Amino acid sequence: MISHDVLIVGGGLAGLRAAIESSRYADTAVISRVHPLRSHTGAAQGGINASLANIEANKDDNWEKHAYDTTKGSDFLADQDAVEIMTREAPARIIEMEHWGCPFSRTSDGKIAQRPFGGAGYPRTCYAADKTGHYLLVTAYEQALKQNVKFYNEWFATSAIIDKGAIKGITAFDILTGDLEVFAAKAVVLATGGAGWTYGKSTNSMINTGSGMAIAYRAGVALKDMEFVQFHPTALYPTCILITEGARGEGGYLVNSKGERFMQRYAAKAMELAPRDIVSRSIQKEIDEGRGVKDLYVHLDVRHLGKTKILSNLPGIRDIAMQFADIDPITEPIPVQPAQHYTMGGIDCNAKCETTIKGLYAAGECACISVHGANRLGGNSLLDTVVFGKIAGEEAGRFVKSAPQESGKNVLFENSLKTEKEHIQNLFEGNGDEDTALLREEMRGLMVEKAFMFRNKDDLVAANSKLQQLRTRYGKLRPIARYKVFNLDLIRAIELGEMLELAEVIVASALSREESRGSHVRLDFPKRDDVRFLKHTLAYKSSDGPRIESSPVKIVRWQPEERKY
Amino acid sequence: MTTTSPKTIRLHIQRFDPKTDTAPHYDTFEVTTRPRMTVLDALFQVLETKDRLLAFRYSCRSAVCGSDAMFINGKQRLACNTQISELGDEVTIAPLPRIPVVKDLAVDIRPFFEKMERIKPFLVPREPYPEKEFLQSPKDRLKIDVAIDCIDCGACLSACPSAWTDPDYIGPAASVKAARFVADTRDIAKKERLKLVGCEDGVWRCHTIFNCADACPKSIDPPHFIQYLKRKATVAALRR
Repeated sequence: MISHDVLIVGGGLAGLRAAIESSRYADTAVISRVHPLRSHTGAAQGGINASLANIEANKDDNWEKHAYDTTKGSDFLADQDAVEIMTREAPARIIEMEHWGCPFSRTSDGKIAQRPFGGAGYPRTCYAADKTGHYLLVTAYEQALKQNVKFYNEWFATSAIIDKGAIKGITAFDILTGDLEVFAAKAVVLATGGAGWTYGKSTNSMINTGSGMAIAYRAGVALKDMEFVQFHPTALYPTCILITEGARGEGGYLVNSKGERFMQRYAAKAMELAPRDIVSRSIQKEIDEGRGVKDLYVHLDVRHLGKTKILSNLPGIRDIAMQFADIDPITEPIPVQPAQHYTMGGIDCNAKCETTIKGLYAAGECACISVHGANRLGGNSLLDTVVFGKIAGEEAGRFVKSAPQESGKNVLFENSLKTEKEHIQNLFEGNGDEDTALLREEMRGLMVEKAFMFRNKDDLVAANSKLQQLRTRYGKLRPIARYKVFNLDLIRAIELGEMLELAEVIVASALSREESRGSHVRLDFPKRDDVRFLKHTLAYKSSDGPRIESSPVKIVRWQPEERKY
Repeated sequence: MTTTSPKTIRLHIQRFDPKTDTAPHYDTFEVTTRPRMTVLDALFQVLETKDRLLAFRYSCRSAVCGSDAMFINGKQRLACNTQISELGDEVTIAPLPRIPVVKDLAVDIRPFFEKMERIKPFLVPREPYPEKEFLQSPKDRLKIDVAIDCIDCGACLSACPSAWTDPDYIGPAASVKAARFVADTRDIAKKERLKLVGCEDGVWRCHTIFNCADACPKSIDPPHFIQYLKRKATVAALRR
């Protein structure tokens, strides 16, 4: 058994920021399924929002305007008290990352550079070329090393250990040895990222399988607003690798097969910089109505920005386009299509990152606080990780210091270990012939076909029954390779089980919400319905599948209004 | 160079489990190609249809996370951004050479990161911090460009003959990281850092063979930064 006061599960930006903070109060360790620098944060490109007012064009910006844009972007589903915390804290958290060494791009007078992003009234997105996530992740990792945070890299978490409504630790196995262990802890912060890999078309890293969400859900915590899945407008065709919104922020155009800047039709004022839900739907509409290129994608054209600007501000996407599509954006337009990008929903927690289990916290993409509501603004996810990562770390650290917390009993740990060992043993002794890879691809295809950007009851009902079949078939898996060291077959079997449950929650939540709001579009309920659905969806695990409940939206300053751009 | 119609190619993959095998061997697998297939895609095809025990690392599949550096047809490359169509019909894949193997294509990357930790791998700025950000001109910011793009994949260390003969050598990536801080106008620990790298197992161990530059998937030129540190370390030593 391994023991720490505070255990952070996940080594991306939220987890690292939580660890940096928590280690100021208490003995802290991070466990991560990959080395922290391999986390999905590193794939974030365009930037991180804060009303720094660093340039002439944004000198009137302030946190309240950031809060309003975030709330409007969320289609008024975000909790406004949490949005206020995030936007107020934004400048301090970003300046702190700069003090710690993050190599932000600079204005001519040496300040942090800012660029326009979708749905924002001012150029508010602080950036470091188009590799902002990579640089922030490296910087946070360096600070965690400086703080002597203990790391358990390449450990795969499998379950939460709960006793009388309080967290006592987690179980995890060492990928390099296969050994299953109990990590006893007085507080646990889940920071495991999103569940993008439930979709066949996703910009996400392949490790984004929603592990922490599944762990919390199985432990009895609700998953909140899981129907809200962000589809990024510009994923590279066909691999779905992200092409940053910063490309449009820098002035890039979206063009259909007729050469039209079609956003004119959908958001005449904001054009390419309308929020992501709107731009994604517009692109899909162009493709569906026959104005896509080869009926498959549209063009993102940055050629008019010129070579110098592309090389200085968008070098990463140029590399991606060249390496993965054989296209040089300096001379050719980039083929792009919408793809799953971000999980707005997640582990239900409050603005202190507390869940309903004592001592269990969540932060970053796996959490739903909620600051993104029905649609997240670009540049707000990195911000979410540093603001609420810090809060989660601080709350967890203080929690273990404030009062002596009772450690878990040995018998509890032994039982947890036994249960997990049996679970893995069952996978090794599978008596069916179903294959994990085939089931996974069926699920991912199903989610694209039936629960993507445009939804309706029939599709969702069909998706739900197909998911039941897939779950039944998951119970009849072929034997999983019985092997200790670096067992990818086992890891992929466990994550499939988790993803099937999360897909079921996404579909059940989408079925329950009979309205269109933000990223969630029901063709059979095309209008937003504030009377019935200005509320959060809560999905609880039950023996009959997800049990759907709801909780109120916290409205502080802004009543819902029509969302126009 | 897009592969237009599917064809069958052969992957020769080095296999080794140090716990059970006495020596590495190669297994050959036939793989059906598809357009834009990468080496990583091909490895997944093997894992999912031919051999469930194959071990390799992956995460972002877009060349930013550094998980999947390996030795592909005799060169250190990332599996995820290497197109199968560039490689011909026979593809040989081995783990990064000269780094201990955990299993098959997954190497023990810990020593690589331990080297990094020796150079004081975090910014040491003037304190107390200003209320706002440290000012840094775009020109000064340019001084750390490229060096900050390292994705810690380990390809350079694997390719470095100096590291092969001196396991204590900090190697190209850690040197680049040190250069990144020495060149950063916000950092005030330059002297200490130059001492850390200006030693026998530091930058002086580099014999400018340039294998690391060839190996780097992010087009970083470590010798450029190592020469920079050598110059700085020499001046610092003379002033001491």
